[in-house]
Amino acid sequence: MNSERAQLLLELADDELILGWRNSEWTGIAPFLEEDVAFSSIAQNEIGHARALYELAAAELGTDADALAFDRKPEEYRCAPLVQLRLVPDWARTIARHVLYETADAIRIERLKEHKDSDLAGIAAKIEREEVYHRLHAEMWLDRLGREERYAEAVDELWPYALGVLEPSLRPALAERVGRPEVEAVERSAPGEEFAELWNEMTMVRRSAPVGAQW
Amino acid sequence: MVTEAAVWEALAAIPDPEIPVISLVDLGVVKDVAIDGDRVRIEFTPTFMGCPALDAMRTQMEEAVTALGGAPQVDVLLDDSWSTDKITPAGREKLREAGFAPPAPRSAGAPSLVQLQRAVFRCPYCGSADTRLENIFGPTPCRSLRYCDSCRQPFEQFKTI
Repeated sequence: MNSERAQLLLELADDELILGWRNSEWTGIAPFLEEDVAFSSIAQNEIGHARALYELAAAELGTDADALAFDRKPEEYRCAPLVQLRLVPDWARTIARHVLYETADAIRIERLKEHKDSDLAGIAAKIEREEVYHRLHAEMWLDRLGREERYAEAVDELWPYALGVLEPSLRPALAERVGRPEVEAVERSAPGEEFAELWNEMTMVRRSAPVGAQW
Repeated sequence: MVTEAAVWEALAAIPDPEIPVISLVDLGVVKDVAIDGDRVRIEFTPTFMGCPALDAMRTQMEEAVTALGGAPQVDVLLDDSWSTDKITPAGREKLREAGFAPPAPRSAGAPSLVQLQRAVFRCPYCGSADTRLENIFGPTPCRSLRYCDSCRQPFEQFKTI
């Protein structure tokens, strides 16, 4: 059984890895070139955060970051349902998730920066430096799409998922920032079929390589 | 016997793998060098966490220490002790000469959209302040894209982090 700290690190890392993966699905097919670059770059940052968090967890669990990222069974991942949703080619829902996730993540990082574990607090402070730019990007899109009906529908749909990113004690802060009432959250649980497809693709190279292969 | 000065000098000769005009020392990612007999401990503070150049930087530092006859130990510090304010004045000038606008100082606070869109970022080619934000994100995590309306040249801006 993992410690509470390892469990927390895996939740955070899985969120960032899987969201990074989903964001990278826009690479090459975003509505225009600037967004192709933006979503690819954000994906790269999120996966970088995941790596650092996995490394910290791996040091405690006696394994390595790649093993945590790619060798677990699909049902062992702890990512929030929000990041698992495959949203290409729907731009409105993609932007709604982006805005909601970054808002939730900001609340979580603020809390982590105060964590008594100095390694975790240090990583949170470093992650925050990069996340600022993700939020600016989300803010820019909120300004463009915030009054569109399709965007509003997407937020209605994803709001319970967004609450599920955070532990219950942090949810009122999210409700306040987003300006919506707290509803029943879509909680973290064993991932479903959509995730299984992602996992299959994500771990394919790793599973096909002989044990001990060097990259 | 390896000296601290020799290690700093060797590290100052290692170019950044992605922006080779600037060295690792100019980039400010070497936080400390400590010598204990043959052992050389380097404290390294990465730039962006997803930067694919980090492993290359680490290997090159280890090779440089080995070439001096030392036994390298590179400790990676994952906290916020590196910021773009750590780039040396010489490093900023080298970036500018190579066509990268250096980052704005962090003293102005965390970056905001208004600041990125309206603040004065000078074009590294013609020096004009008549530039605008094209994209917060660029070809690597550390860069944004801007456009100079004066000389009509797109250019890359090092993000402030």
